[in-house]
Amino acid sequence: MATTATAHQTKWWSGGKSPFNMEYGKLMMWYFLMSDAFTFGAFLISYGSIRFSQNFWPDPNVVFNAFPGAGHANLPLAFVSVMTFILIISSVTMVLAVHAGHKGDKQGVIKWLAWTIVGGLAFLGCQAWEWHHLITGEHAVLVDGQIDIIGQTTGGNPWGDLVSHDAALAALQKTPHETLISLAHQSNHALTHEQLAAMTDQQLIKEIKLDELHIREKGPIAFGGYFYGITGFHGFHVFSGVIINIVMLLMTKKNVFQNRGHYLMIEKAGLYWHFVDLVWVFVFLCFYLI
Amino acid sequence: MQHPAFEEVTIHHEHTDDATFKKKVRKTTILLSVITVIELGIGLLIYTMHKGENPNELLVLMFKGMVCILTLAKAYYIVSVFMHLGDEIRNMIMTIVVPLLLFIWFITAFIWDGNSYKNLRNTYDKHFQETTMPAKHQHKEETKPVEKPAGKE
Repeated sequence: MATTATAHQTKWWSGGKSPFNMEYGKLMMWYFLMSDAFTFGAFLISYGSIRFSQNFWPDPNVVFNAFPGAGHANLPLAFVSVMTFILIISSVTMVLAVHAGHKGDKQGVIKWLAWTIVGGLAFLGCQAWEWHHLITGEHAVLVDGQIDIIGQTTGGNPWGDLVSHDAALAALQKTPHETLISLAHQSNHALTHEQLAAMTDQQLIKEIKLDELHIREKGPIAFGGYFYGITGFHGFHVFSGVIINIVMLLMTKKNVFQNRGHYLMIEKAGLYWHFVDLVWVFVFLCFYLI
Repeated sequence: MQHPAFEEVTIHHEHTDDATFKKKVRKTTILLSVITVIELGIGLLIYTMHKGENPNELLVLMFKGMVCILTLAKAYYIVSVFMHLGDEIRNMIMTIVVPLLLFIWFITAFIWDGNSYKNLRNTYDKHFQETTMPAKHQHKEETKPVEKPAGKE
């Protein structure tokens, strides 16, 4: 390559030029991204450290098995793969936007930036659905010898080890009436709340289909904090990336870059956006795959 | 294309023509998608293994290691092709990559520490072991009784 030969002959540190052959803003974006990589790395390694200190950790395929509109169907990894592909595709559209910028093609930049923003918003929408589903989910969990109904929050984890049939049956005997009504309702949607409320505890227990409920023990409490903390921090990066891209789109439309003579700002925004995709690759690995 | 605002940039990257560029982007996109699909396949494989009676822990660990390597491959392609780090001059690449090598120690040390903490607790804190160890790993003959005394009082 011709540039490599020139690169060796150039006295990079003799002053008057960038020793790294890069404009200030882009170089600083790289260093910011490196520091951000350490932040995310620290979070993920802390998660790994806690996970290795536990005797039990929930299987991600059990936790993340829902899909919008699919009801209670067991679809492990399906939704998160949609999210992953959305981010990969939005990264590709960003590459195309940067390339259009190099050619000074204003319409191309506008088109591909707009698609990148759409991808980012789609990802955020998916994440909002996923969080909502996890937080409001109703799971039967064995707590202190009785059955409780909890969702995945930072204060509780319903994904412990499966409880044996006999143990679950014994726990039902001590479970409060209201909880039994909800459990019976989960097993039998045909009965109305009033009909269920009129039943005795023993009648309700008979209605409950234990094998379908998959009653579990409480899982490690740290799971929720790490999951919401790290995916939330990543989601915040996606959100700020979308804002940056919207600003870039408006500046492009107002001919700011055209008047400046170059579209290097798009390149810096592009670096940030690719980094968001890069982090997701690791979040996807640590929380959903292993 | 010249960038008049950035005189400190000595060598401007020669931008490839549209055809080569499109080919490269398409190739990378397909590569990233295929790796992701393989990762998902392995993920589902681990899921089916966990559902079985006696999952082969070593095999599960091997599959997880494979997913980790595939993820690193994906990260490499994103950084070198999409972020064009490979096109920068060597000194600049090194200032980014060398500090990140700290992660090798960082990951090893903290995972080791977590594991050691677990082993120490299992040895010296029997309550921790009894309450958190999954039932299937405990002695087969005694199925775990419900904690009757705890809930009754």
